[in-house]
Amino acid sequence: MNAFMAILRRDMRLALRQGADSVMVVAFFIVTTTLFPFGVGPEANILARIASGVIWVSALLAAMLSLERVFQTDYEDGTLELLTLSPVPLELVVLGKVATHWLTTGLPLIVAAPLMAVMLNMSTDGFGVLIVAMLIGTPTLSLIGAIGAALILGARRGGVLVSLLVLPLYIPVLIFGAGAVEAALLGMPVQAHLQIMGAILLLSLALAPFAAAHAVRQAVE
Amino acid sequence: MTVFTGSDLTCRRGERMVFARLAFTAGPGDAIMLRGRNGAGKSSLLRVMAGLLAPLHGQIFWQGEDIADDMAAHRARLQYLGHQDAVKPVLTVWDNLRLWAELRGIRDVDSEIDRALDALGILHLANTTGRFLSSGQKRRTALARILIGPAQLWLLDEPTVGLDRESSAGLAGLIEKFRGDGGTVIYSTHIDLDITGPKLLDLDEFAIPMMEWLAGAPDDVVPEEGPQAIETPDKEGVSA
Amino acid sequence: MHRFAKPSVFLKLADTLMPWMIAITVITGGTGLYLGLFWSPADYQQGDTVRIMYIHVPTAWMGLFCYVGMAICGAMSLIWKHPLADIAARATAPVGAMFTALCLITGSLWGEPMWGTWWVWDARLTSMLILLFLYLGYMALVNAFDDPERGSKAGSALALVGVVNVPIVKFSVDWWNTLHQPASVARMDGPSIDPSMLWPLMLMAVAFTGYYFIILAIRVRSELNERRIRALQLSGLFEQGDGTTSGSALYDQGHNAGAGK
Repeated sequence: MNAFMAILRRDMRLALRQGADSVMVVAFFIVTTTLFPFGVGPEANILARIASGVIWVSALLAAMLSLERVFQTDYEDGTLELLTLSPVPLELVVLGKVATHWLTTGLPLIVAAPLMAVMLNMSTDGFGVLIVAMLIGTPTLSLIGAIGAALILGARRGGVLVSLLVLPLYIPVLIFGAGAVEAALLGMPVQAHLQIMGAILLLSLALAPFAAAHAVRQAVE
Repeated sequence: MTVFTGSDLTCRRGERMVFARLAFTAGPGDAIMLRGRNGAGKSSLLRVMAGLLAPLHGQIFWQGEDIADDMAAHRARLQYLGHQDAVKPVLTVWDNLRLWAELRGIRDVDSEIDRALDALGILHLANTTGRFLSSGQKRRTALARILIGPAQLWLLDEPTVGLDRESSAGLAGLIEKFRGDGGTVIYSTHIDLDITGPKLLDLDEFAIPMMEWLAGAPDDVVPEEGPQAIETPDKEGVSA
Repeated sequence: MHRFAKPSVFLKLADTLMPWMIAITVITGGTGLYLGLFWSPADYQQGDTVRIMYIHVPTAWMGLFCYVGMAICGAMSLIWKHPLADIAARATAPVGAMFTALCLITGSLWGEPMWGTWWVWDARLTSMLILLFLYLGYMALVNAFDDPERGSKAGSALALVGVVNVPIVKFSVDWWNTLHQPASVARMDGPSIDPSMLWPLMLMAVAFTGYYFIILAIRVRSELNERRIRALQLSGLFEQGDGTTSGSALYDQGHNAGAGK
C-alpha cells in the first residue's frame, strides 16, 4: 500500500508540475459537448433528449485523450523498466497510475459534467444520477484504458491506435451510464443500471491491473 | 564460493539469436566485465540476469535457487542501471530519487538519499530540477539510485556513458567498495574502468553462426539437438 | 501439444490434411449452396430473400468462432510460449474480420426487403459491428510494431481482453436494444427451424469452417517462409552474389555478419 501511495504521490506531482493536462481534458470535454447544439440545432427539447448521451460520449472521448500519457513518458525515459524491476508488484504500480489518471481526468470531468448538463437543458432530476453514474463509470474507463495504454507502448501512431483499441471496450459503460441518466429523467428506477456499472467496475478492477501489468512487462522486455 | 550462476542460457531478440549456451558464475566480491562486439548481447544478457527478459533456454540461479521461482526476492537484491537515466525533467534530483527509496521500503529516506548523493558528489544538486542537469549529472543521479537501499548484485549497462574521467574513477571506487562489502558486480563498458581483477566474459564466444541456425527451422532451435558448431568454451565460460 | 509447435511438424501435418480439407470444403459448400438455393422451400412471408440466411448465419457463427479461436491461440502463446500460436492468431484475424464483414453486408442486404432500410440498429447486427471493430483494433495493433513478434504478443493480450469483453458487450447491447426498440422487429431466425433449412445451414457452416482452416494453413506457411527470408537477409548471405541485388546492407548484421561464409 505504501508503494501504491508512493507512485500516486509522485505521479500526481508530475501531473501537476507538467501542467495543464487536466485543464486540457476538461476544455476538450466542454468544446466537444458544445459542438452538438451546432450539429443538431439549438431546440431545447431535442438537446434535453440527447443530453445524457452527449455528455457520456464526450466524457469517453476526453478520458481516452489523456490515456496515451499513462505509461508513455515513463516508457520513453526508462522509468518503466525500473518500476518493473522494483520489488513492488507491478500490478500495484499500474493501479497507482490508474488512480492518477482518474484523479486528473475522471474527477475533473465529473465536476464539469453538471455544467454541460445545464447548458444542454437537461432536467435537474437527472443531475444526481449523472454524477453517481460518472463516479462509478469513469474509474472503469481509466482501468480499461490502462490496458490499451500499456499495449501500445513502442507502437507507431500509438495515440490513434489506443482509441481504436479502447473505444469498443467502452461501449458497455456508455450504454449503462447514459441509460441510468435517461431512466432517472423518465422517473424510472436506476438501481439496475448502477448495479451493473458497479459490477463492470469490480470486474475491471480485478482484471485490468493484471492485463496492463502483463502488457507493460512485454513492452520493457 | 559462488552465489550467482547461469547455465545453458540462450537468448533471442526479435528474430535474431543473440547468444547460446552461455554460462557464468560469480561469487561475493566478484566483478564480471562483459565484452563483445555490437549486438553480441551484452545488454540482453544483463536484462536476462535482471529478469526483465526471459531466456529462450537455460536458467539463472541465486544460491542454488532459480530466480524465476521468486522474482520479487531477486528484484529486491539487485540494482540495475540501464541505458537511460530515468530522470524526470520536472522533478528535483532529490524528488527523483525519493520514489526509488520509497519503493524499496527504506525507513529513513532523507539520510539514505543524502548519503547516495554525497557518494557521487552531487549533494549540492539535490534541489536542482532535472531539466537543468547536464548529461553527466543525470548519469550520476541514475548512479545514485543504485546506492539506495541494500543490494547484493549490481547489473550495470554502460555505466560510464556521459561520465568524465574523474567521475569514472569515482564510480570505480564505488564498485570496489561494494565488492569489498561482499557485493557482486556485472557490467559492460567501452572505456576501461579501474577495477581490480575483473573476470572477463566474452560474448562473441557464444554467438550462433547464422548458417547453422538456418539449417534448423527458425523456431525450433533447441541447442541440445541443434547444430553442433557451437563449442562449449572453457570451463564455465569465464576466464579470469 | 508441443510436438505440433515445431513448424516442420505442423507443415507436414498441414500438407497431409490439405487435400482432405479442400475436398470437404468443396463438397459441403457445393451441396449446401445447391440445397439452400434450390431444394429448400422459400419462406411464405419473405419469399426467396430468406435464402440470404444460408450465407448470413454461418458467417456470423464464423465471425465469433474465429475470434474465440484467436483468443485461444493468444492464451496458448501467453501461457506456453507456443511459437506457432502467435502466428495462428495473427493469421486468423483477417479471415474472421472478413466473415464478420460478410455477415454485416448480407444482413444489410437482407434487411432492405424485410425492413425497408439497409441498416437497423438490431442487437445482433450491432454486436457483430462491434466485433468487427475488435478485429480491426487487433489487426492495427499487431501491425503497429517494428518487431513482428512484439506485435503478435501484444495482439494476443488484446484478444484475451477482448474475449472477456465480448459477452459483456453482447449483454449490454441486448439491454440497450430492448430499451430503445420494442420487440416488434422481426427476428432473423424463427424459434424453430425446419430441417429443410437446417441442412443447408449446417453444410454451409462446415464449408466455411473448412475454408477457414485452409486459409489458416496457407497463411501460417507463408508467414513461416517470410521469417526464413528475413533471417536469411539478416545473415548477409545475399550480399555474396552481386552487391547490387539486395537492400540487406540496411540491416544491422550484428556479430553474425560473415558467419557461414
